[in-house]
Amino acid sequence: MLHVLTDPLAYEFIRYALLMGLLIGGVCPIIGSYLVVQRLTLLGDVIAHALLPGLVLAHFWGIAFILGAFISGMLGTGLITWIRAQSRIKIDAAMALTFASFFALGIVLLSTLNTQLDLDGLLFGDILSVTAEEIRQAVILAVGLLVLVGLFYRPLLFLTFDRLGAEAMGLPVSWLNAGLMAAVTLTLILGMQMVGVILAIALMVGPATTAYLLVKELHQMMLIGSGLGAAASVIGVYLSYYLDLPTGPAIALVVFTLFLLALLFSPSQGIFTQPKLAQPGPNRR
Amino acid sequence: MGTLTENDYHFPPMLEVQNVSVNYRGVRALEPLSIDFAAGELVGLIGPNGAGKSTLIKAILGLVPASGRVLWNGLPLRRQRQRVAYVPQRSQIDWDYPTTVWNVVLMGTTALRGWWRPPGREAQRRAYAALERVDLVGLRDRAIGALSGGQQQRVFLGRALAQQADLFLLDEPFTGVDRKTEAMMLAVFSALKAQGKTLLVCSHEWGDRLQQYDRLLLLNQQLLADDRPEGVMTLENIHRAYGQNLQLVKPSADLPFVC
Repeated sequence: MLHVLTDPLAYEFIRYALLMGLLIGGVCPIIGSYLVVQRLTLLGDVIAHALLPGLVLAHFWGIAFILGAFISGMLGTGLITWIRAQSRIKIDAAMALTFASFFALGIVLLSTLNTQLDLDGLLFGDILSVTAEEIRQAVILAVGLLVLVGLFYRPLLFLTFDRLGAEAMGLPVSWLNAGLMAAVTLTLILGMQMVGVILAIALMVGPATTAYLLVKELHQMMLIGSGLGAAASVIGVYLSYYLDLPTGPAIALVVFTLFLLALLFSPSQGIFTQPKLAQPGPNRR
Repeated sequence: MGTLTENDYHFPPMLEVQNVSVNYRGVRALEPLSIDFAAGELVGLIGPNGAGKSTLIKAILGLVPASGRVLWNGLPLRRQRQRVAYVPQRSQIDWDYPTTVWNVVLMGTTALRGWWRPPGREAQRRAYAALERVDLVGLRDRAIGALSGGQQQRVFLGRALAQQADLFLLDEPFTGVDRKTEAMMLAVFSALKAQGKTLLVCSHEWGDRLQQYDRLLLLNQQLLADDRPEGVMTLENIHRAYGQNLQLVKPSADLPFVC
């Protein structure tokens, strides 16, 4: 029985893929939780797609892909903020427009610059070709993000719960928000390496949303989400090995399966399992 | 107007709102207005829905772009934000946010300890005292989404108390609360007043409760009246603020109007 789990470990690329999966699957939901509680999950999707032009240009100019993708993603966020500030246009329209335009720009650059980048890999991930150097970079990035979340947990809780209240109390909300968006962008760059720009949002949002159905506090949501994300990644890698599935989509589907299980069977909020009588004095809308 | 005498102000004005106006995308939301507040004053801000009450509170706090000046003890308020406790409208908050009563009240201690520092023993002691004051100690580990409307309002009152501010700005704190919460809030207001704190409470309801205030500000895009309750709550003022087509409930009563 155990050999089902150990056999694939004979291959180095599988070992690397599992390591990367544990790492990225564990980190993405922690930052992703901030998107979920602010109802900004689609912003994550927009930023993920906005990474593409930067990735292509970075490859073309021979600079670090993280740098290119980061600048590109932040420009996307900036464009949305700018459109909203300058007009009556609502955030969903600004996001849709930015999403499509950056993605289109990325594809145009990819086809005209002749960079020999693999479009499939960019869109859906290419975890089986992960190198030791990429893992090292990912570890540094992940540890940095975790330290920052640890340091800024309370201010970010305040900001994402009651932004006006936080600003009224003198918190530097603009800086904190910009920092949070930078963290979201970096996390998406991590996620993209595993499941691609199109599916990165699944790792950011899926496990965190699943955890939201199970617990009542943000830090618990992050911890449970992190475990679920790591588990989904590992299961996805094994499924893709044995069933010959594309790894990124396999991981995304495992994420959704876990969500579905929580939606149906969560002890507190599951469709089949939630207590029949609500708690005293509920104020559900 | 004109019923206030010099003796009514025992203290120099602590909060000075000078010529403050708000434009929102080319539309004037608030005409220029000036108001002074003394220490130990409980001031009601009334007016119909959409009169700009929340906008005025946000302008005082510097949360919306406004022209004019807001001074606290002679210095710009925006540099002393820790002195002000703000209680937002309950509808402004996502009550499905995954957090507990305790964590929200603890946010009130952010200003005094410095926003980047974790809450220490003193902050926790203060948050606990605030919880006791609003009678939520037993519910401190409950998710905020599982509270009643009155309990939710008390969480925010508790957060404001934990801040130990000198100026309290409360946006519609009486909306949708139970009797117990209402009585508790009024008691807390009296206690804060006695400590020399200044309170500005906004409300769109018009009723007996308004007699509890030292002073009322009647607002509808502009400041229509600034006086003691009996001076503000006149038929003429009501018509000016709310229009002519108000429903008369009890023609002979002192306060016959609903909005």
